[in-house]
Amino acid sequence: MSKVPQLIKDGQVQAVALSERVHWIGALDPTLRTFDIILKTANGTSYNAYAVRGSEGVAIIDTVKENFAGDFFARLETVARYDEIKVIVLNHLEPDHTGALPELMRRAPQAQLYISQKAQSMLKALLKQDEFEFTPVMTGDQVTLGDRSLEFFHTPYLHWPDTQCTYLPEERILFSGDVFGCHFCDLRLFNDEVGDFRFSFEYYYAHIMRPFKEHVNRALDLIEPLLPISQIAPAHGPLLRDQPQRYVHRYRELSRAVQQSETGEGPKTLLIFYISSYGNTRRMAEAIYEGAMTVNNVRVSLFDLEGGEIAPFVDLIEGADGLLFGTPTINGDAVKPVWDLLSSLAVVNLKTKLGGVFGSYGWSGEAVKMVEDRLRGLKLRVPIPGLRVKLIPTEEEIRNCREFGLELARELTGVRQSRVIDMADLA
Amino acid sequence: MAKASITFEDINITVSAPAGTRIIEISEKVGSGITYGCREGDCGTCIMKVTDGWNNLTEPSVLEDKVLRENMAGKHNRLACQAQVLSGKISVKPV
Repeated sequence: MSKVPQLIKDGQVQAVALSERVHWIGALDPTLRTFDIILKTANGTSYNAYAVRGSEGVAIIDTVKENFAGDFFARLETVARYDEIKVIVLNHLEPDHTGALPELMRRAPQAQLYISQKAQSMLKALLKQDEFEFTPVMTGDQVTLGDRSLEFFHTPYLHWPDTQCTYLPEERILFSGDVFGCHFCDLRLFNDEVGDFRFSFEYYYAHIMRPFKEHVNRALDLIEPLLPISQIAPAHGPLLRDQPQRYVHRYRELSRAVQQSETGEGPKTLLIFYISSYGNTRRMAEAIYEGAMTVNNVRVSLFDLEGGEIAPFVDLIEGADGLLFGTPTINGDAVKPVWDLLSSLAVVNLKTKLGGVFGSYGWSGEAVKMVEDRLRGLKLRVPIPGLRVKLIPTEEEIRNCREFGLELARELTGVRQSRVIDMADLA
Repeated sequence: MAKASITFEDINITVSAPAGTRIIEISEKVGSGITYGCREGDCGTCIMKVTDGWNNLTEPSVLEDKVLRENMAGKHNRLACQAQVLSGKISVKPV
């Protein structure tokens, strides 16, 4: 039979021990079904907060969502008095971890607040109060609790700019914030006791961490030297005390694929997506495809959006170096399948990928410019102005399309010659 | 009108631009890999490295300095959405 930790005893919520000196003082939210608009959860989530007792005081690491503050304070009171709290650490300032902070600061006014350097402006914007004192910390900074200490590791963009991890070296426990977390609610708390949360762990990574793989790899460079860690204590979901290194390795695996394709010596990949009403944008796409294929060391693929699903296209885009979109203009706009794909890319990193747009139109042709602007908004670089053709492309226009494909492919391989341009000549 | 010559090292393109032009206006048109977020000097996304011609750009404002500090930017870094070209030669690249 599973050992269910006693979260509630005689009608009172209880803290749960990770060790003699470290307690979970978070809250469970089993009825939550949608987190942060973008994430589904089939069994709720937990807001994990922790208390660490040293010989010279207590540290509180993270708090909970505001409407769960009652459980948080009740659990805290079972392991510490407010006047013992010397240190408050926020690993991440999102409201589900900072909701109880103002009240905690009111109850423990002597406590010093530690946040990452990048969290400073966010703290003011979130709490709308200026009177908080805090100490910004960076990787390597430490704070002592006597016979226990906390060391900070700045792990930006996992998944906000402010995020950091806090390490308790005397017990080898890593308080990882949202890193290694997931939305999974289970009374048994620990990963060797709870139900099967593998899907939730992978789903959380795919939606929260995936756009930041480069940053995940940098963070793992900081975390891996700490192994063997005895426990990972994330801000959501099961506490990882059984083989915590597995989760560190899994993050490395999940973050490795794109890193390899981007830094590898293989060919550059160029994806051409199009959709066409009467075959004109398709003819442009095919000519661009032909032109791009004449450049060595570029692997070009052509896809009709009408015949594909969004999810596999998103996977392809994540690993690609260049993206071209062909869209007709209908009623002054690009068409819905193009927007649908372009609004599904928040889960991957597009920064500095090469982009380009083309399309046939009937009378006004706004779509190409609109999609170009969207690509720039997504942080792609769009080095060559989009190509528009009125209705049926002529032979000369088809030649222009081939040239457009050729130039973009050359841009990808970096073989374009250095150029000098006058600003007045730029569109 | 005075002009400056700014080179985007990542794409090997040099643009001759009138004094007072913000780098964002030029770099987006030529497709440099400098990326932008808020475009108004607040988020720090467009931090770039100025490899040459630091003094041929406008001085950073107090607000730009604050954003650079908060983002732990290096001493040769500027915000591309804020820095304006003045004269002479300038070279920049994404960080």
